[in-house]
Amino acid sequence: MDQILTHNFKVMNAARLNAYLGRDGYRSIQKIFGMQPEAVINEVKASGLRGRGGAGFPTGTKWGFVPKNLPLQPVLCINADESEPGTFKDRAIMERDPHLLIEGIIIAAYAIGAHEAFIYIRGEYFRPYLILQAAVAEAYETGFLGNNILNRGFKLDVTIHRGGGAYICGEETGLITSIEGFRGYPRLKPPFPAVKGLYGRPTVVNNVETLAALPYIINEGAAKYASVGTEKSKGSKLMSVAGHVNKPGVYEIPLGMPLITFLNEYAGGVWKNRKLKAVIPGGSSVPVMTAVEARDTLLDYESTAQHGTMLGSGGMIVMDETADMVMALKVLSDFYHHESCGQCTPCREGTGWINKILKRIIDGQGQKDDLEMLLKIADNMVGRTICVLADALAMPVKSFITKFRKEFEDRIKG
Amino acid sequence: MAFNLSIEREGELKAVIARYPVTRSALLPALWLVQDETGFVSDEAVAYVAKTLDLPEADVYGALTFYTMFNRRKLGRHHIQVCTNICCWLRGSEDVLKYLKAKLNIDVGGTTKDGAFTLSTVECLGACGGAPMMMVDLEYYEDLTPVKIDEILKNLK
Repeated sequence: MDQILTHNFKVMNAARLNAYLGRDGYRSIQKIFGMQPEAVINEVKASGLRGRGGAGFPTGTKWGFVPKNLPLQPVLCINADESEPGTFKDRAIMERDPHLLIEGIIIAAYAIGAHEAFIYIRGEYFRPYLILQAAVAEAYETGFLGNNILNRGFKLDVTIHRGGGAYICGEETGLITSIEGFRGYPRLKPPFPAVKGLYGRPTVVNNVETLAALPYIINEGAAKYASVGTEKSKGSKLMSVAGHVNKPGVYEIPLGMPLITFLNEYAGGVWKNRKLKAVIPGGSSVPVMTAVEARDTLLDYESTAQHGTMLGSGGMIVMDETADMVMALKVLSDFYHHESCGQCTPCREGTGWINKILKRIIDGQGQKDDLEMLLKIADNMVGRTICVLADALAMPVKSFITKFRKEFEDRIKG
Repeated sequence: MAFNLSIEREGELKAVIARYPVTRSALLPALWLVQDETGFVSDEAVAYVAKTLDLPEADVYGALTFYTMFNRRKLGRHHIQVCTNICCWLRGSEDVLKYLKAKLNIDVGGTTKDGAFTLSTVECLGACGGAPMMMVDLEYYEDLTPVKIDEILKNLK
């Protein structure tokens, strides 16, 4: 498999324009200007590329939802708010190959007819912000951004917008609200952003990794991209792996790779010669898997779903046989309780109640009905809120308690 | 005392406002410029931002208290934030925090007597591959050990 997303990761100074151009960078831009926007959308549809932020929605289809010939000009938002625990792949792209992202942004903007793009980067990513800012400045200086890109008459302005420390702004409507200068409250859908998003204009929100795949698709063609991966999960994916492994880090894999192959051959296996106990395959909000379930799971959207979990953002968290699952769930509940924006009662109260009950179990004050109560609260959170933050805690609660119930019961019995 | 940005930052704010179709979008950038200037966002600074962006002060407070990176009070010269989320916890963030508390002789939320350090915990910073990690001011420090922490603090003081 070609390195679609990581071909410059080990190149010296790849973040600088000269090095990037020397590696064939920005080649796809000449090509798209010879295509109709509709043809670009069709090429991306044919590639099978799906959103890499977590939801896995087909990218070309998402672009196709933008209404044509509206008086309001479409906007492109780039989701660089990477905040899902266990996920650190977009940071790798922005630090090591920022021009690849900018090239992808130009392709997406051209396809949807946007002349303004906003990169929403989490406030804590200050170093990546500086690197990206320098790359954007270089792109302006050399005519890859601005009023008349490569003298081909296409205009695109890119603005980097720094967040202020709020997980919820990674939710696409929360991100939009935040750019507008409000608390980052998610909005009810419909209307979907493609119809009414930033400033009431048609808006596409794409993840950094999704956009970074576009130059390859344009240069090499949809068919070549689609030849990587599986029937329904096409292309490559960046996996970030952390926790109890020997070689935590960011790796590019063809979708469909067996989880165990990835764990052993890329992540260096479970550390300290210990046994695998559990894996959270796609960021902290997806259901946890036992070692047995992980054994025959493939890293693609369908196989993870068949095994009751999700590929999500590709942020894999590995736990060895010594991991305390009760404490692990408590740690996760601290996070989701802290990050609930507070708009919806089931989430605001539910995350708090779950956190409180888990704390008392840890403190040896657990009561015999606590597990049923946790499950009941989780059930009452799923699908009852504006966004899926409530689900993002409910799913771990249900999966941890169902799959590691004895550990919870033992802790309650003391 | 009325708050003012330095001339340089004020110019930056004007340029930022011009980048957006709606002035209000400059709210987060404005709060960042204020915090860069003074290390925190005072009530006077809120009034300044509200006036500059033509917003009610309540709206500025609303955003200010929603986004956790903005400080409402003056902190130590360096702000140490230890990640305690799952990947860092799996690799020893509890020990990192314990070590820092003992070394600095403060609790989470406290500031050392000499005003050098404020200690906080923080949620996942997207550096799970280098767990356990902490952020000092806006810089990441990864794969922490006691020896490494000693070295980092010595160089900062």
